[in-house]
Amino acid sequence: MNIKNSIAGLLALVAGGLATTVYADINVGVTLSATGPAASLGIPEKNTFALLPTTIAGQKVNYILLDDASDTTTAVKNTRKLLAEDKVDVIIGSTITPNSLAMIDVVAEAETPMIAMAASARIIDPMDDKRYWVFKTPQNDAQMATAIVEHMTNNNVKTVAYIGFADAYGEGWWNEFSKIAEARKIQIVGNERFNRSDTSVTGQVLKILSAKPDAVLVGGAGTPAALPQKSLKEKGYKGMMYQTHGVANADFLRVCGKDCEGTFLPAGPVLVAVQLPDSNPVKKVALDYVNKYEAAHGKGSVSTFGAHAWDAGKLLSNAVPQALKKAQPGTPEFRKALRDSLEATKNLTAAHGVFNMSPQDHLGFDQRSRVMVEIVDGNWQLVK
Amino acid sequence: MDLQIALLLGQDGITNGAIYALLALALVLVFAVTRVIFIPQGEFVAFGALTLVSLQTGRLPGTIWLLLALGTVIVLIDGSIALRDRQFRRLPMILLLNCGVPLMLGGALLALSPAGLPLPVQVVLALMLVVPLGPMIYRLAYQPIAGASVLALLIVSVAVHVTLIGIGLLFFGAEGSRTLAFTDISFEVGDALLQGQTILVVVASLVLIVALYFFFERTIYGKALRATAMNRTGARLMGISGTLAGMLSFTLAAAIGAFSGILISPITTIYYDSGFLIGLKGFVGAIIGGLASYPVAAAGAVLVGLLESYSSFWASAFKEVIVFTSIIPVLVWRSLKTRHVEEE
Repeated sequence: MNIKNSIAGLLALVAGGLATTVYADINVGVTLSATGPAASLGIPEKNTFALLPTTIAGQKVNYILLDDASDTTTAVKNTRKLLAEDKVDVIIGSTITPNSLAMIDVVAEAETPMIAMAASARIIDPMDDKRYWVFKTPQNDAQMATAIVEHMTNNNVKTVAYIGFADAYGEGWWNEFSKIAEARKIQIVGNERFNRSDTSVTGQVLKILSAKPDAVLVGGAGTPAALPQKSLKEKGYKGMMYQTHGVANADFLRVCGKDCEGTFLPAGPVLVAVQLPDSNPVKKVALDYVNKYEAAHGKGSVSTFGAHAWDAGKLLSNAVPQALKKAQPGTPEFRKALRDSLEATKNLTAAHGVFNMSPQDHLGFDQRSRVMVEIVDGNWQLVK
Repeated sequence: MDLQIALLLGQDGITNGAIYALLALALVLVFAVTRVIFIPQGEFVAFGALTLVSLQTGRLPGTIWLLLALGTVIVLIDGSIALRDRQFRRLPMILLLNCGVPLMLGGALLALSPAGLPLPVQVVLALMLVVPLGPMIYRLAYQPIAGASVLALLIVSVAVHVTLIGIGLLFFGAEGSRTLAFTDISFEVGDALLQGQTILVVVASLVLIVALYFFFERTIYGKALRATAMNRTGARLMGISGTLAGMLSFTLAAAIGAFSGILISPITTIYYDSGFLIGLKGFVGAIIGGLASYPVAAAGAVLVGLLESYSSFWASAFKEVIVFTSIIPVLVWRSLKTRHVEEE
């Protein structure tokens, strides 16, 4: 064998190597809200992508992360960029509902599956030709609201007041909650709004107090949701307090402090993974996520929001092997196969529950995806 | 709505209004002296509060890095200018002020472990960390274009605001914080509970306003600022440096902002981006005063606080709408009342 031949052989090898990396990699485009108002949700999600598997069924997976700054226009721009320039096989994102809703048209046009990490049921419902391509991992607000109303009826709550964000989150919760509460004969005696950036909610709180409700539900996310509760306690409110799953992170406990003792909220099981009974199938997966996240970012750093990203990774890991049997990554056939395979997800245990998708239900969570939690001694305590 | 609720709402409105009034005064001051509409005013509120939080929780506040970075850039610029002009005597002073002081502060922070210090010392430390940012930002962002149009200065303000917001997120994180209460005292007035903290806010604001009044009326620097505000060219002919006046007004604005932040942070949760909205409400007050009159601006800001408080009771979903819509009749009235003067 002469030198010329061996060089040619080497070149062929290199070319072959390049060819396989170009065609075999699975590209996952991610747009999330790591800055802006939803940063406290987007940052743990971003951290979680670093923990996701880098190979699925022997294929290398590239995660391309973009920040949409909690802004709808940027989210759409990111999605177009990921589809056109990076030729991604699947889109994950965004963190919040308005962004995710706006991205539906774009992914449907490009016939690419999308997994949203935002909560609203509207992202996947009602099912139509566009939402055909869209899946999501967080629980629907309605599931969480039902859990709250159930807990209220079990604890003899007759009258309830609501104070929520003056945005889509607070409005969405009001719609779900008021509908379910009225059906269960709980009287709603107050409906107030406040802004995430408000420095005072005295007016709203006084109005709620004058209605003398048995319980108050705060429809807010993250640390801003602590403000109404602190004001209520300060003004001498003694009744029951409910929060939504939007507050389920350590910063909320830190800011709210002793004023939040005895507060009830519905949450994904990952929040109290350690306290789940061993019989619960979610416990193992949730603990796995918690341990991995805390190993990378420190004790107590885990939040339920990052787990939505983890579950998106779970869905992918489960769906990709099936899709690979049908087509090669980077082709329209693969994207279609991946979509079909996501829709066929059955009995997949994730950190937030068990997925059982169907053509009509692109979330597929049942009551195993939520637990009631009480704040006791500055910690989350599973309500048995 | 009974009398008790009305009183509580009034108390709340006046507390918030006092903070807005301080910010309105700072905005009027900066605009009068430098023609800058100082949008980043609110950022000093957030930086002041969150720096104090960092000190109390025993973390090294990110503000010190910003201070060092800005100081280094100023040393590079001013130092090269001094070298070019062969004014070597100015070099030590430039170095000491911009790099030496932040370094000493940083050293003090590391040596003292601020979490265990008494509250007044922490407050002073937080102020020392945040207030120098004011003149530094003036030096870097505004001084080179001090003669530009109001619009150009406004655009620079927007840029500074966006930059500071981003830096705030980097330093303090996305979640909000509260500082420890200065006092737990509360008084029973009739049926209502009067919090010591809210009294403190109002009293401290009043004291600061009176102090500002004496500063402008009785001190040579205060008079120089007033002279610059009245007639920039005339003041320069009298030997008052426009740069010094700008630096001074930005120092005062930063001090007022940081102090306001420290005052309200025990009452409410402060986020890296909370300052903007607080500053904006101060701005509404300042607009009511036509960006010129201090007493009217302060009164306007208190009015904004009261309006906000009562509208949060009656129509909480429309609170911001009501507050910011109130600026429209003021603008109409202002534009009918005053003759439009072309900018020189």
